[in-house]
Amino acid sequence: MVVYGVGLLAACMLVGVILGDLLGQLIGVQANVGGVGIAMLLLIWATNASRLTLLLAPPTSTGITFWSAMYIPIVIAMAAKQNVVAAVSSGWLALVAGVAAVVVSFAMIPLLSRLGPRSQDQL
Amino acid sequence: MSTAVTLLEQNALITAFMIVALLLAASNWIAARIFQGQIHGSAIAITLGLLLAYWGGWSSGGSNGLADVSFFSGLGILGGAMFRDFAIVATAFGADLDALKRAGWVGVMSVVLGVVLSFVVGAVVAVAFGFSDAVSISTIGAGAATYIVGPVTGTALGASSGVIALSVAAGLVKAILVMVATPLVAKRIGLDNPQSALIYGGLMGTTSGVAAGLAATDPKLVPYGAMTATFYTGVGCLLAPSLLYLLVLSLQRLF
Repeated sequence: MVVYGVGLLAACMLVGVILGDLLGQLIGVQANVGGVGIAMLLLIWATNASRLTLLLAPPTSTGITFWSAMYIPIVIAMAAKQNVVAAVSSGWLALVAGVAAVVVSFAMIPLLSRLGPRSQDQL
Repeated sequence: MSTAVTLLEQNALITAFMIVALLLAASNWIAARIFQGQIHGSAIAITLGLLLAYWGGWSSGGSNGLADVSFFSGLGILGGAMFRDFAIVATAFGADLDALKRAGWVGVMSVVLGVVLSFVVGAVVAVAFGFSDAVSISTIGAGAATYIVGPVTGTALGASSGVIALSVAAGLVKAILVMVATPLVAKRIGLDNPQSALIYGGLMGTTSGVAAGLAATDPKLVPYGAMTATFYTGVGCLLAPSLLYLLVLSLQRLF
């Protein structure tokens, strides 16, 4: 049933968010540490676990793939609710700090990407 | 006419589905006809969304972009953190577990490096703009990480509300720029495989920026970038008010 897939997805997200919150409390920060990331790992684990493969017959997996396909529309809605006015009209300091952080981070991607494969060759 | 509008407002979420579908359809048409497939339809839709958010914020005076215009209020639900995170988790279905494992340590490194890098850049800009107290410098540095790390750090350190607002604005600028610029620079920075997407997510860190940036570049890369990005804010909230603040404090004593 389609709703089994949606339910599994929801369970993974809720468990992940709870674990992320606990992790945050454990290290003493007022934020959810990787809750969504943990939820993603849970979903990957659950959908690969052999005991659950029976559960994930095509109609069930539709419940997950639907939400995966809704990702882009949701992101567009998210873009439309950003506080663009505050970002644009907050003065030069915020603009320069934000732009500089993005430029420097972009520049680091090729450098770090080159680090990755080399370490695999050593292994 | 007014009853129709009232009905649309009462069914806000459903109206939002329709609006986003129309926006995407128009964007895909523009992408195919005007840009001849050079730019993704979703990239155009995200940019249009941001422009509409500017108009919405300007005309309503609120802080939620287009979602503050009552007719479009459903966009606030559809585009809120709850649905965003739900859809991000769903993208992990079918993700390559081996690619995640292989890039494990680079992913961890990119998150820590990303937080430190953005913090340092933000702090340097704060100093260049004349801030001299460690609390304000650290809060603005934290804001350059994400618009959540900024206020969390500022509150923990006791920064003034003006400085906290600046840190949120810096984080917003970052998130929006990541959304718009990622598809434009993707080729140049080699953002075309799971490993570089993991690193990208870790370095950028802004979940909304990364989510939209990858959607506009290549939706297949979303789970990898989103995975590392979701750890970024937590790591930032851990490092910025503690280690990084102490670093600023000790540097300040040196000079």
